Amino acid sequence: MITLPQANNKDISIVVTGAAGQGIQTVEDILGKVLKRSGLNVFATKEYMSRVRGGNNSTEIRVSSKSVRAFVNRIDLLICLNKGLRNYLKERINNNTVIMGDIEKMGKELAGRGQKFFDVPLLHFAKELGSPLFANVVAAGIITALFDVDMSLLEQYFDERFGTKDKGLVTKNIDAAKKGYEIARELAKDITVKMDHNSEIRKELLLTGSDAVSLGAIAGGCNMIFGYPMSPATGVLSHLSQVAEEFEIVTEQTEDEISAMNMAIGGWYAGGRAMVTTSGGGFDLMSEGLSLVGIGESPMVIHLGQRPGPATGLATRTEQADLNLALYAGHGEFPRAILAPGSIQEAFYMTQHAFNLAARYQVPVFILTDQYLLDSSYNLPAFSCEGLKVEKHIIKTDESYKRYVITEDGVSPRGIPGYGEGLIAFDSNEHGETGRNMDEDPQIRSEMNAKRIRKLKGLEKDSLPPALYGDVDYDVLLIGWGSTKHIIEEAMEEFSRPKTAFLQIRQPFPLHSSTKDYLKRAKVIVDIEGNTTAQMANLIKLLTGIEASHRILTSSGMEITVEELLIKLRCLHV
Amino acid sequence: MTDVRMFDVPGPIDIMWCPGCGNFPILDAIKKALAELDLAPQDVLICSGIGQAAKLNHYVNTHFLHGLHGRSISNATGAKAANPKLVVLDVGGDGDRYAEGGNHIIHTIRRNPDITALVHDNRVYGLTKGQASPTSPMGYISPTTPKGVASLPLNPIALAVSLDASFVAQAFAGDIEETKEILKKAISHKGFSFVNIFQPCVTFNKINTYQWFKENTYYLGDDYDASDRKMALEKAFETDKLPLGVIYVNNRKTFEESLAAYKNSDKPLYDRNILWDKLTKTFERFV
Repeated sequence: MITLPQANNKDISIVVTGAAGQGIQTVEDILGKVLKRSGLNVFATKEYMSRVRGGNNSTEIRVSSKSVRAFVNRIDLLICLNKGLRNYLKERINNNTVIMGDIEKMGKELAGRGQKFFDVPLLHFAKELGSPLFANVVAAGIITALFDVDMSLLEQYFDERFGTKDKGLVTKNIDAAKKGYEIARELAKDITVKMDHNSEIRKELLLTGSDAVSLGAIAGGCNMIFGYPMSPATGVLSHLSQVAEEFEIVTEQTEDEISAMNMAIGGWYAGGRAMVTTSGGGFDLMSEGLSLVGIGESPMVIHLGQRPGPATGLATRTEQADLNLALYAGHGEFPRAILAPGSIQEAFYMTQHAFNLAARYQVPVFILTDQYLLDSSYNLPAFSCEGLKVEKHIIKTDESYKRYVITEDGVSPRGIPGYGEGLIAFDSNEHGETGRNMDEDPQIRSEMNAKRIRKLKGLEKDSLPPALYGDVDYDVLLIGWGSTKHIIEEAMEEFSRPKTAFLQIRQPFPLHSSTKDYLKRAKVIVDIEGNTTAQMANLIKLLTGIEASHRILTSSGMEITVEELLIKLRCLHV
Repeated sequence: MTDVRMFDVPGPIDIMWCPGCGNFPILDAIKKALAELDLAPQDVLICSGIGQAAKLNHYVNTHFLHGLHGRSISNATGAKAANPKLVVLDVGGDGDRYAEGGNHIIHTIRRNPDITALVHDNRVYGLTKGQASPTSPMGYISPTTPKGVASLPLNPIALAVSLDASFVAQAFAGDIEETKEILKKAISHKGFSFVNIFQPCVTFNKINTYQWFKENTYYLGDDYDASDRKMALEKAFETDKLPLGVIYVNNRKTFEESLAAYKNSDKPLYDRNILWDKLTKTFERFV
């Protein structure tokens, strides 16, 4: 009898693999929702190739009676919808892995791997049900049955998904799931799943980082979004386009990223609250627009979903290598802020905050995410909008209004056309207080430049402090930023070295003043990031003078796993 | 009718155009057009790109957004979408519009925002001192084309008509009165209005002078049917004399009208508030 979870583990890691077009996405969706609604914690993350059909993609779903939020290398249960597994997946199979697949199709591909291979001719059953595409639903049925989930939850799922469109499809899918249950009854003779359900989890939300950014934007008063489709950031544009009428959002898929940024600038100028969503290569094109944001002192919110570069790189994979791009893009000198959410909750709250920060200081605010965060999901308590505000920071103007009046903190009260009698200037040229011709006067130029840069002081004061996890009495300090947060937390727990803590940099720029204090107290600083040149470590050195003694850097296109990080931590011998 | 002096920028201003520049009469025509349309300065936003022509909005007393080379039409689109009550103009030269901004012109015509785009077509780059532009004739000698331009000039009217632009007109800076009337029609038109304005550059373009334009253009008659797209294309291909006037009009849904944000409310975005209850309810979709 095979019992899951494996000894020493509290969760079960399920990986479903198949070709693009076989519905891996659907399996993830079904399992995530249904298992969560049955009272189990779930974490899902997908990895996929840059193609629409064929190839080999996979999704990992971790299920546990405790909270799970990190990507692991381990596969407890592998379900294959097709053959042609990449080496990347094969290497993740260990001696305990239970594999299910169609032996006829798979042939000798996985011979000798794993603990046991269960022959489940999914495609055969699917064709019996009417289409090979049902293989994914049969697979989902098998898994939910093994977890002892009531069939009614699957019926509810299919009704929700297809009920309004096609009742016939609901029935067919339920039949496919039922087939899965039938198969699972046989498998249950060899496989037992022992997991406690918790009814509290039923009410929790299950959503991706991409959804969280979208909802956070709405909560931030976003009413305009512009973008050009680019993985992994397109989801935000799609999501907001789909709720455009409901939440009164101006949405446009522009002809290119240059147009997106410039429309967003025009939008803020006339009183809108605009966001652009893109990835590194698309943001390259927005750089000039960013400098216009800088000199014109427009608020701006930029969602930058990182992926491996340079150039096309790996379109559908993940990396943390655009911190420097966000820091230094746009010629000339002007202030900006960079936020780096590390969790799905932070993706919501920080995006919400970004709009207010941008409006308050009239600067560009980046929300730096990555493919791993955007495409991962886990259950969490519903977001609370209590205490959240939309700060417009717009004044009504009179005829004497000057858009760029010099002030002590550098922020000139912002008027908009049509709200009051004032005429509103916005100039890409250097300008005087009225925004009009200043004869290229050097004195005025110095004062304007200084005024803009002065806004950094306020931004520093309003910076989000880093978060410390672990032993407050640390001598070893791990530092990380963005999506590695939960992975570092889980690895650190397993590492179980006393006097170890993890400092999550939530706002890379401007850096919160407490960061230096945290770093000073450490004897050893271990920098963990998903790039090759240690961009965060270098930034921290630049801003605090303190250098990380060790660096754990990965840039394979895959997010670092808990196991990989654990091995590297142990190798440090600290 | 508004007093046209309302559109004069208060105080002494230094207009950075060469004496005799074709931009001066265009500036004049714009101010008169706005005044005769009964608009107040607060009603109007003039966006512009980069170049001598694009300095225009510093010399008119309205809201202004002086953007980047070739990109201001996107600023204008975004601004109009945030507040459709604004009357939005966008001004630039032939380099700004047809070179750097080419892609945006094409898609803005498709998108059809209710803004008026004026192109000051002087067939040369004035501000950067005399290089050829996309509308310079073949063989035009310039600092970067010492053997003469080898590429074919772009045909703005043909481009606009082939894309089924909502309003296409051509004007000549030398005729302030006629240009003013064309501008009034363009601004009043609901939809994207595209006006190519022939403008002599007295400093750099010694070929397309005031005299040259006078001799090589003609006004379309009162009997001309601007709704005939085939005819408009024929006019666009004319080379003997270039047609002036309203060449093509095609009424269709504007960008703003198609936006879901304006389906249930016509309030500008700044005047709206977030719907907290709706948002909290939407979380339920993820349970």
